[in-house]
Amino acid sequence: MSALVNHSLILVVLIPLLAAPLCMLFGNRAVAFWISFFASLFALILSLHLLLMVIDGDVLSYHLGGWAPPLGIEYRVDAANALVLLIVSAISTVVLPYARVSIKDEIAEHHHTLFFACYMLCFTGLLGVAITGDAFNVFVFLEISSLSTYVLVALGANKDKRALSAAYDYLILGTIGATFFVIGLGLIYMSTGTLNMVDLSQRLAPLEDNKTVRTAFAFIVIGMGLKIAIYPLHRWLPGAYTYAPSAISAFLAATATKVAIYVVLRFMFSVFSAKFGFELDTVRLIFFPFAIIAMFAASLIAVYQVNLKRLLAYSSIAQIGYMLLGVALFSSAGLTATMAHLFNHAITKGAMFMAVGAIIMRIGSPLLPKMAGLGRQMPWTSAAIVLGGLSLIGVPGTAGFVSKWLLLTAAFQQGYWFIALLIVASSLLAVIYVWKCVETLYLTPSTSNVAVAEAPLSLLVPTYVLVIATIWFGLDASTITVASQTAAESLIGGGYGGEATVMGVEGRK
Amino acid sequence: MSEWLHPALIYLAGAALLPFVPNGKLRAFALLLVPLIGTALLLTTPYGTTTEYNLFGETLTAFRLDRLSFVFSLIFSVAAFLSLLYAWHVRDTMQQVAALAYSGSAIGAVLAGDLITLFVWWEGTAIASVFLIWARRTEGSYHTGMRYLIIQIASGVVLLAGAVVHYRETGSLAFDAFSLDGTGAWLILLAFGIKCAFPLLHNWLQDSYPAATITGTVVLSAFTTKLAIYALARGFAGTDILIPIGATMTLFPIFFAVIENDLRRVLTYSLNNQLGFMVVGIGVGSELAINGTAAHAFSHILYKSLLFMSVGAVLFRTGTAKGSDLGGLYKTMPYTMIFCVIGAASISAFPLFSGFISKSMILSAAAKDGHFVVWMILLFASAGVFHHSGIKIPYFAFFAHDSGKRPAEAPWNMLLAMGLTAFLCIAIGVWPNALYGILPFDVKYNPYTTTHVITQFQLLFFSAIAFGTLMRTGIYPPELLSINLDTDWTYRKIAPAVSGFVIMLVSAIWEELKRGVSFGLSAGLSALADTFGPKGRFAGVQPTGTMVLWLAILLGAALAVNLFNIS
Repeated sequence: MSALVNHSLILVVLIPLLAAPLCMLFGNRAVAFWISFFASLFALILSLHLLLMVIDGDVLSYHLGGWAPPLGIEYRVDAANALVLLIVSAISTVVLPYARVSIKDEIAEHHHTLFFACYMLCFTGLLGVAITGDAFNVFVFLEISSLSTYVLVALGANKDKRALSAAYDYLILGTIGATFFVIGLGLIYMSTGTLNMVDLSQRLAPLEDNKTVRTAFAFIVIGMGLKIAIYPLHRWLPGAYTYAPSAISAFLAATATKVAIYVVLRFMFSVFSAKFGFELDTVRLIFFPFAIIAMFAASLIAVYQVNLKRLLAYSSIAQIGYMLLGVALFSSAGLTATMAHLFNHAITKGAMFMAVGAIIMRIGSPLLPKMAGLGRQMPWTSAAIVLGGLSLIGVPGTAGFVSKWLLLTAAFQQGYWFIALLIVASSLLAVIYVWKCVETLYLTPSTSNVAVAEAPLSLLVPTYVLVIATIWFGLDASTITVASQTAAESLIGGGYGGEATVMGVEGRK
Repeated sequence: MSEWLHPALIYLAGAALLPFVPNGKLRAFALLLVPLIGTALLLTTPYGTTTEYNLFGETLTAFRLDRLSFVFSLIFSVAAFLSLLYAWHVRDTMQQVAALAYSGSAIGAVLAGDLITLFVWWEGTAIASVFLIWARRTEGSYHTGMRYLIIQIASGVVLLAGAVVHYRETGSLAFDAFSLDGTGAWLILLAFGIKCAFPLLHNWLQDSYPAATITGTVVLSAFTTKLAIYALARGFAGTDILIPIGATMTLFPIFFAVIENDLRRVLTYSLNNQLGFMVVGIGVGSELAINGTAAHAFSHILYKSLLFMSVGAVLFRTGTAKGSDLGGLYKTMPYTMIFCVIGAASISAFPLFSGFISKSMILSAAAKDGHFVVWMILLFASAGVFHHSGIKIPYFAFFAHDSGKRPAEAPWNMLLAMGLTAFLCIAIGVWPNALYGILPFDVKYNPYTTTHVITQFQLLFFSAIAFGTLMRTGIYPPELLSINLDTDWTYRKIAPAVSGFVIMLVSAIWEELKRGVSFGLSAGLSALADTFGPKGRFAGVQPTGTMVLWLAILLGAALAVNLFNIS
């Protein structure tokens, strides 16, 4: 047991990674599912355990193969990435049982094992990006997750051929984004000669005026900004989320962009220093305006969407605006809001995409007009959409309220009245598009005479796990707020680079 | 009372469990039980009880019972009971749940001890009440409900903004007296003002209340605005600006009420006017004035419900509440007529009816503090009230010309509810000390002095004479003539051209304004749709190259920011 704990930092990535080829080797759909599910569950347990270990502000370090950093690769966990690990593994564990049923309609039978293998690779990639303490390792895992994501999105083509062009767009843009990122890494490697994050931060500290370092920062932030879907770089997202299989939409919406935001936070605060003037400039002049534009423009676009999945995708872009706004506030309170919103938005959007997937499974269309009057025929599924919608708006008693409140508090702390007003005003736009769903589901009379059955329990149960979580974390705000606070402190206070407990084998020098 | 036994939660639990009770008499009975339990809880709780809880490290007060909140929560409970009794025959789950959740939220808001809890209940009343409008299930009521909901939610959002700003300014979230020297307090006042239907913020009231279901209007009339009155009395007692606001509120609805044909809308205007009296009382802010406000809110809820109930019964039986279509109903609905007259007498402040003993407190308080002009306005407004609510409502519904309608008497549950309410109206008027005993402050006040009674009778007498004369001579605002369109068209010619012209001018300007606003609105909306709609620049599908171009632009921007120290 102690070996398990000692090596938990590597196992959390390794188990899903091994699960992927196993799925292919067995070649049986049911076996592949169970392998993936247990791998995911295992990762969830380990992540939870890791989070509990670092929630007090401790930092864990693991030296791969016993080789001490900076030469060896290091995995390093503080509250920030432990929280991200938890988000990714928890969402994955909930989505997998849902996927088992939902893909039956969406993906050809003989592709199912491939689906689970790709899913596991994507999962591995996201976990790896979050856990690693090595800058180049981030790129490697990022590519693992991205490449498998392109495949997963393209698998939606069975149902709608537009999935192919969406996957293609994402492939081109994602690759360019990743290239920017790796160019940035190359540049900092050039100026420091190291790739270990902690080591980098020490070597970069005196290099504020170095033009190479500054260029590197721009490349890294913009490259990752594409993965985040910062407002004008968001074009790949609606297509990818809309045409991907339902389970993948839910999984990606809840995890992929969150992990990308985490990477930017990590580079901004733990690799580069928050003290760098150019960093503050980037935040003020790039993040700030675009975050606010995203809050409004994406919400407005969402208002006009008739495809519910696309509507939710645009709403995600708007919500990413809130997360970036928290970063742009450049304070501990702002980062707390961002971290909390990462979690709260993940469970909210995950629940909503799963509910929409259940509706699509029953009526075969993601278009709102086709869903008229479904509130009576699919009461539970419709209620899930409404509850998720309330959280998107930020109604008290839902998770969305907690993070919006934290964001408002953070804005006020710096005296940004106007920003706070904008946050509230943009929430009103969310009221409109959520209302559109409520109106369609409950108040519009049904147009077709075909009776529609409620979604099967196998879809409802995972959906409701997240719906209940949305309510739960809306009522019990302290858990996630405390975790987010510790994470924010670790990021902005430089706790990540400080003393760390080395797990497993002490490194050879 | 045990820690968690919050009266408002009883209502919410009732609302949640209600759909599981078989629809019928059993459920109607269960419905009535809820306010009874709530009232019992309230009565057994001693003054000064508070319940606190923690949220984000702030200690919030979920429950605070003092003398002020007691009066309001008590009358809210009574009103909930009476309106549910009135709605005994309704078998619509949506309305039942909404009515319970709505009254529960209102009571919760009254008992809230901090701004956050207040906000939650505040929005609760908004959301629950809109279903009473939507329950008509017509296209029109749907749109009205939407407008109503937007304004109510906006009020809540402003309240939340105010609470946050206030917290930053003072470090306190307590819901106590505010002073108007910070932005936060102004925002809070604005939020209260919207719900209280301050002049220019009042349109939602006349728009929505007459659009609700018969029983829904009765419920609506009791809570939202009086909750705002309570909130103002709690937060802004003695704030001078409220005196002119309140005085305006007592005045302007009178004129609208006179020219209005829909009796439920007339009642809504008069409701707005009555709120004015209370707002003035709050603005004066002396102990007597606050007592007067609380007492007036108490009796007002009763007689206003009674009037809405009687007009509702008429609407229920005849299918219309238009003054021009009614008349002569006293022949077949004698009890409803009597109850309506009792309500009318109460609102007109006849001695021995509830309005008299509460309104005179506010008038005395205003006079005592030397607000002479305001006192005159209130006096004038009282005459106006007598005219449009005291005479117009019963006269055109039950007397006037015989419409030929011979509806049956109202159902027993409506009669019982009206009877109980009417009894309370008279009881309060006859034994005012019972009500005075529970008011926020101990003030000795005797409404039945010779001067008071005589002044009031003079007022009533002369406005009755005025009404009579005007009716006889035909010098009456032309709108009322529309009630007898067939026979009285000749009177129109005699009607003073001036008043006709003024009214025409005002309504023409109003229409133009409305058209201008709606034109601007629709132009703005279509511009929005063109930009952000599916085919707009922001959402349309774009080639991959364009997206890459954006990537390059943003990279360029980031590089520029980083390399040339811009700031």
